[in-house]
Amino acid sequence: MPRIVVDEDLCQGHAMCSLEAPDVFEVPKHGTVQLIGDITASHLEAVRLAVRHCPTGALALEED
Amino acid sequence: MSTITSPPRVSGGEHEHGHLEELRTDPIGLLRRVHAECGPVGSFDLAGRSVVLLTSAETNEWYFRTPDGLLDQAAAYPFMTPIFGQGVVFDAPPERRGEMIRSTALRGDQMVGHAEVIAAEVERAVAGWKSRREIDLLDFFAELTIYTSSSCLVGKKFREQLDGRFAHLYHDLEKGTDALAYVDAYAPIESFRRRDEARVEIVKLVEAIMATRGAYTDEDRDLLDVLMSIKNEDKTPRFTADEITGMFISMMFAGHHTTSGTAAWTLIELLRDPDTMANVVAEIDGLFEGGGSVSFQALREIPLLDACIKEALRLHPPLILLLRVAQEDLEVSGFQIRTGELVAASPAVSNRLGEHFPDENAFDPERYLEPRNEDRANPWAWIPFGGGKHRCVGAAFAQMQLKAIFLVLLRQFRFEMAQPSETYRDDYSKMVIQLQQPCQVSVTPREL
Repeated sequence: MPRIVVDEDLCQGHAMCSLEAPDVFEVPKHGTVQLIGDITASHLEAVRLAVRHCPTGALALEED
Repeated sequence: MSTITSPPRVSGGEHEHGHLEELRTDPIGLLRRVHAECGPVGSFDLAGRSVVLLTSAETNEWYFRTPDGLLDQAAAYPFMTPIFGQGVVFDAPPERRGEMIRSTALRGDQMVGHAEVIAAEVERAVAGWKSRREIDLLDFFAELTIYTSSSCLVGKKFREQLDGRFAHLYHDLEKGTDALAYVDAYAPIESFRRRDEARVEIVKLVEAIMATRGAYTDEDRDLLDVLMSIKNEDKTPRFTADEITGMFISMMFAGHHTTSGTAAWTLIELLRDPDTMANVVAEIDGLFEGGGSVSFQALREIPLLDACIKEALRLHPPLILLLRVAQEDLEVSGFQIRTGELVAASPAVSNRLGEHFPDENAFDPERYLEPRNEDRANPWAWIPFGGGKHRCVGAAFAQMQLKAIFLVLLRQFRFEMAQPSETYRDDYSKMVIQLQQPCQVSVTPREL
């Protein structure tokens, strides 16, 4: 499975990722993104959408 | 051993206040000349203060990644203080400010509700357009975005208590942003006098609205009710009408002239490019064949319309100069920045760097489609929303709002220029850039 890379300088806590893939991303009300679960095949597509729709480009996927 | 030198100084600036006069009359010309003469790190003189202007993707990345403690925004925008009022927005320390700025009203889970509000506001604004008419793009979009931003950020109840007067006064605030503020933000000039009068009048409007407020329910409570309910220990109200007005003005400011101007420029560029306009109209018509409301569609990808909005933002960025103040001596690409100097990035220059954006002056929405993706490929050169921690927190909201606007407008109406194409231009005489009036277009219902 690919690995999620977060650019901490860029995350502003918009919480778009946690809408797309709530099993993998969590964004506290005041704070930046936290990874709360591993990517499995079932949410890989949701994670790709989360990366694509991150408003600040703070997420990337590193393929194996 | 590498040597650190001061950034080269651009030509000109023989005036009393250095390059200030040029910044007040032809800022784009000045900023592009800095890049052309000095390269990625150059400087100009703003009323005795050195401004170090960074213009390459590499120096922009340094700029946007450098923390607040080193490059601070607080003192960089003196023209905003008389508008917001003392003690608003920039009064908090940097670490606290970051948290305050991540407004919960702009989180992803709020967007569905905002999209519904915005779609309804656009429908309402065009409800009377039954026959061919001319509209002024600045007046129309500026008033519309007062209603959308007040409704989404303060609440529907507050929005219903506003009318065109608020929009007109707000416009006077925006026109009160002459760069002369770098010399004296209260200099005796007409635009500052009108700015201060407008602020007094807006406080009166908010005071009148406050006088109507009493008991409220959880359902109809808005931010004004909440702020009014906060009391000091002695039970007196915590915030005055002036302070609440300052908060509302500042909350609405970043999303107002920016969205309004981008809506106008997206439409103008589409009118200049009829083939693309036809393709966008076909794209929108296609969406609605499958059903679904405007608010539903506005939250989804609409590839060509998205691309046209991005391209309008690239060519006509609402903010052309982003500023910080150096809190320590710093070094960028071998050049020295000294404590207290202003440090700037420029969307107007970076967005048109030919090495990142081929045919950089052309309106070419296809540059955002697969496989070119020129915005994602150049996150430190494509900077209409800035970048890094301070990247515009309202960017997603703004793009959704712009899509909702065009879904309604282009599905129902046909637009034509009502003046020569080259006469649509920006007025650069203020730091808040607005469309130069007249900026008329004609509108006809599509069924006519």
